[in-house]
Amino acid sequence: MSSGTAHTAPTLAASGGQGTAGDYVVLLKPRVMYLVVFTAVAGLFAAPGEMHPWFGFVTILCIALGGGASGALNMWYDADIDALMTRTAKRPIPSGAILPGEALGFGMALAVASVLMLGLLVSVPAALLLAFTIFFYVVIYTMGLKRRTAQNIVIGGAAGAFPPMISWCAVTGSIDPGAIALFMLIFMWTPPHFWALALYREVDYGNAGVPMLPNVAGRDATKKQILIYTLLLLPAAAGPVMTGTAGWLYAAGAAILTTRFLHDAVCIWKATTRDAENRAARSLFRFSILWLFALFALILAEKLIGIPAFGGLL
Amino acid sequence: MAEPMQPFSPEDLKRRRRRALMMALALVALVVIFFVSTLVRLGGQVAERAL
Repeated sequence: MSSGTAHTAPTLAASGGQGTAGDYVVLLKPRVMYLVVFTAVAGLFAAPGEMHPWFGFVTILCIALGGGASGALNMWYDADIDALMTRTAKRPIPSGAILPGEALGFGMALAVASVLMLGLLVSVPAALLLAFTIFFYVVIYTMGLKRRTAQNIVIGGAAGAFPPMISWCAVTGSIDPGAIALFMLIFMWTPPHFWALALYREVDYGNAGVPMLPNVAGRDATKKQILIYTLLLLPAAAGPVMTGTAGWLYAAGAAILTTRFLHDAVCIWKATTRDAENRAARSLFRFSILWLFALFALILAEKLIGIPAFGGLL
Repeated sequence: MAEPMQPFSPEDLKRRRRRALMMALALVALVVIFFVSTLVRLGGQVAERAL
């Protein structure tokens, strides 16, 4: 990432245009984009129906660009609190590499382009869902919930859960129980994942004034909530099987991985010292990333290998 | 009176050129995507269209 060039006199460069291409890539939140792209690809393969590979590629590209637009708009709005947290202080806006207005323009242009492209080339319902996702993440989560309620993650998590539903909708033109099952996997995963992070980054969020659960309700309440939401993750993990989207490979893998997830959540709940809590929270946070990637990878693998899905109850 | 603005430094200009190049590449990619999508959408039926 670049930093602003120091000048003593006012320069034309100070009025913008300082950011490098790399700074703009950072604005897209590439690490979040990996997750968005991966889950969207899984949704594309899991959906019943046919789609030309080219339009599959265009769908994923549009979802990735829409996700990047959400990231850029989120960084534009959150630049003030990003500057206060060590994890985010080096982002392009707080570091001065990109002006807030430039990030806003970049994010808006990408958002409009991704939605229009998906609607014109692939599917109007999927494009509407993508537009709603960007709106949900930027307006409902970033501007509305994030700074006001400790339950920000619970509702805001829905934004990250939409990508497989959008790609599913691009194939079928509708939102089916299978798409909702994929949505629920990410939706129920988000609270324990982020609360584990908030538990060992409590001071950081506190400094920035973001009401994360440990700062507002306390560490014990957070530990309890992590356990409750992990228990709710059990039926969510079974969702793809119940809806006839996944088969035995997914069922076996999900059972093993979710048991380990639950084990880590119980370890946090049982931890008595701050150090033990932080260690367990760090462990759950890391494992939760693997859990989500693995479950979607299993769904994808089943479709690629040709393992049939169970009949489904829904 | 306001101090006159200094021109861009060579470093600033280099950064701006790279950014302009990236933007040009993005626009070319957009053209290619729409062109290929049109070809794929038309498929073999392109020969059967009403003239």
